[in-house]
Amino acid sequence: MSAPIEVPKWADVTLVPALAVILAFLVAGSVVIGIGENPVRASILLVQGAFGSGEGIGYTLYYATNFIFTGLAVAFAFHAGLFNIGGEGQATMGGLGAALICLQFDFLPWYLVLPLAILGAMAMGALWAFIPGYLQVKRGSHVVITTIMFNFLAATLVVYLLVNVIGKPGSMSPETRGFSPSAHMPFMHEALAVLGITIPKSPLNLSFVLALLASYGVWLILWRTRYGYEARTLGANPSAAHYAGISVPRVTMSAMAVSGALAGLLATNEILGVQGRLLLEFSSGYGFIGIAVALMGRAHPVGIFLASILFGALYQGGTELSFEMPLVTRDMIVAISGLVVLFAGALDMVMRRPVAFLFRVFHKEEA
Amino acid sequence: MAQAPAIDLIGIEKRFGDVHANQDVTLSVAQGSIHGIVGENGAGKSTLMSILYGFYEADRGSIRINGQSVIIRSPKHAIALGIGMVHQHFMLIDTLSVLDNIMLGAEEGWRLAPASTALRAKLKRIADDYGLAVDPDALIDDLPVGLQQRVEILKALVRDAQILILDEPTAVLTPDEADQLFALLRVLRDEGKTILLITHKLEEIMHVTDHVSVMRRGALIATFETANTSAPELAEAMVGRPVLFDLVKGPSNPGVERLVVDQLSVCDLHGNERVHGVSFTIRAGEILGLAGVSGNGQSDLLEALAGLRAPKAGHIVLDGVDLVTARANPSQRRAMGLLHIPEDRLKMGLVPSFSAAESMILGFQSDEDLGLGPLLDPACVLNFAGDQMRKFDVRPQAPDLKTSKFSGGNQQKLVLAREIEHHPKVLLVGQPTRGVDVGAIEFIHKRLIALRDAGVAILLVSVELSEILSLSDRIIVMCDGVITGERTPQTTHERDLGLLMAGVKDHAA
Repeated sequence: MSAPIEVPKWADVTLVPALAVILAFLVAGSVVIGIGENPVRASILLVQGAFGSGEGIGYTLYYATNFIFTGLAVAFAFHAGLFNIGGEGQATMGGLGAALICLQFDFLPWYLVLPLAILGAMAMGALWAFIPGYLQVKRGSHVVITTIMFNFLAATLVVYLLVNVIGKPGSMSPETRGFSPSAHMPFMHEALAVLGITIPKSPLNLSFVLALLASYGVWLILWRTRYGYEARTLGANPSAAHYAGISVPRVTMSAMAVSGALAGLLATNEILGVQGRLLLEFSSGYGFIGIAVALMGRAHPVGIFLASILFGALYQGGTELSFEMPLVTRDMIVAISGLVVLFAGALDMVMRRPVAFLFRVFHKEEA
Repeated sequence: MAQAPAIDLIGIEKRFGDVHANQDVTLSVAQGSIHGIVGENGAGKSTLMSILYGFYEADRGSIRINGQSVIIRSPKHAIALGIGMVHQHFMLIDTLSVLDNIMLGAEEGWRLAPASTALRAKLKRIADDYGLAVDPDALIDDLPVGLQQRVEILKALVRDAQILILDEPTAVLTPDEADQLFALLRVLRDEGKTILLITHKLEEIMHVTDHVSVMRRGALIATFETANTSAPELAEAMVGRPVLFDLVKGPSNPGVERLVVDQLSVCDLHGNERVHGVSFTIRAGEILGLAGVSGNGQSDLLEALAGLRAPKAGHIVLDGVDLVTARANPSQRRAMGLLHIPEDRLKMGLVPSFSAAESMILGFQSDEDLGLGPLLDPACVLNFAGDQMRKFDVRPQAPDLKTSKFSGGNQQKLVLAREIEHHPKVLLVGQPTRGVDVGAIEFIHKRLIALRDAGVAILLVSVELSEILSLSDRIIVMCDGVITGERTPQTTHERDLGLLMAGVKDHAA
């Protein structure tokens, strides 16, 4: 045991994560030197790729949208004391939910089919998280285990359905037919063009607005409603929740469902916004990185937004970087993201100790 | 030349932000003595000890151990200097044996066998020297609390501690275990060890110490020779004003039967029956004291009454409604006026990581006046909490402050305020003054009596016999899950209750 590590709150949410990013870049930079490239130029290219052009910013925000949804999903469950690491599977099922609606109803006008598809995505994501919640409450199977297994179940289920049931007839690739344009989530450049604003083309679509609304919604539910109070009480002190008459089964199952619905919303960005059909592995790891996003964002919607922008920028800037510097492969970018996760998550305490020490030293000098 | 004092603290200063936790504390402790340190919660005792044990570094001031000037940088360093500490919350690993726990951190080398053989021999020697026998192969989990504490003391002695700091050592002990501890401390003192005893219990100070220092608001107010002082004098120095020891309590006016408990049996979480067919009633306007050594079924009984655990058999009737057959959950019981101050406030009564205001709506989060429909209005919550904190003189009066930052007494006042302000008809009170300082105890007792006089039926569960005796109108005693006797405070005394607590039924009072 040692003295508690106390860091002022503002530093906890800004300085500590910033240090993590800087350290990750320093380590990654030494790798870049190792393969014979200039790390400073690489960093500049990365930042320029992510923020240097309207198109780049569009891509960055498009990636960030995915991270916001999966980050919120992890954070919501986390506040209720549940570790939902099944965002990947819930997002996959969200895609299935959206696709089933679109395949049936995409003859309807957009103002009917889009809300239905969004609800479909949320419902299937919620279901895929509710079942592990139910199993934990009724059978004592821990959600960490079951949500991992449900990731595999979702993947295999969608493969089966795409190959045997809802796949495009006569096609060799496991995917559905393309949805009609009415089931397409408008791109941001299309939506703004209606208002007379021109921005460069990018996959950024109105799901980004939905992600911001979801962030606000999560904040509202957790910190401004009786239900959120109950969920946070359960997460912070289960005995106190029991004492307060809070139904642990009800809150556990519902918090998992809300968490799954948030992960399911990833489908609005990928399936409704960009692909316009259901295909395999569209969730490509966003569900897992959502854990790091939630961790880095201190499980708060504002923090999650900032962390999502960071990861979005890494994705987008990294893609540009590997164009410009062929030696820096796509895998290197994954490694850099991994380093950020490592420093922000696993080594968080390692960062905090020197920061706390500096605060103590400066504080003493003031006094 | 006289022997140098074991400990010399000179001008110790420590600040945490705006809080001046220790101001200019100067303290000298003679070798081979038991030195008590008393003070209200938050008076700075723990900070001072943490500085001595190397958890914190003082902002200013110096420390001398046996006349040598030292700077203590870490607990490891403190141990090397011969300082050992027994924490209020034991630092033991439940699933390991006594020997493994003691060896932890002193394995010396990568092979365990030589260290454990040497340690076994050393433990034997210490056991012989001090009469401190504990089976080295027993699992911590299987030991009663009193023995677990011995293991903590052994840990220090094995590391050749000459100075032993004990932080609230009796908070978790039965009176009997406490007596054994004091006997042990005297033996250690006579062997030349120096003992620092931190407590709020003045009785213990008077009983066992040679010297006593009083702390108030971070400063050391005075040091007395125990023989030349008295409990009231110490209490006055601690609180800064005279403290009422004898409660002014009028006769009770019992009214209708509020809560009738009939043949109630309760099992613990493992399915072992802990309460066997207990029956009693509580009337409006009376305090029924439930005495007993902790762990004899009182906690299980309280939880069953509050609806936290389904009883195995029997009935709990509140104002004519059978709560057991109605399967009333804790919220429904609350709505019917059955409120509960739980035994363990941090584990159950509060959420330490929430703000005080948020903790003050725990259990009442569905109250209509806290917000519209499903919403919770933070302004309403803050207002409610602010009001109650003023009424109950909670310090600091900061509803935004994290619950865990309040001292024990003030945390207890938060729970008390919350439950009392929701107008109970029946109030279940578990260990209301555990770990609470003298000033707050007086306040809490007065509130409970005022509540009784207002017609509330109160069940008081406490391991403090003096508390039971001074507050209750009737007393029942539980041992091993059955009621061994009923008394009134006028017709009994501590020895009589002690026999009932030990399970000796119906002896002549």
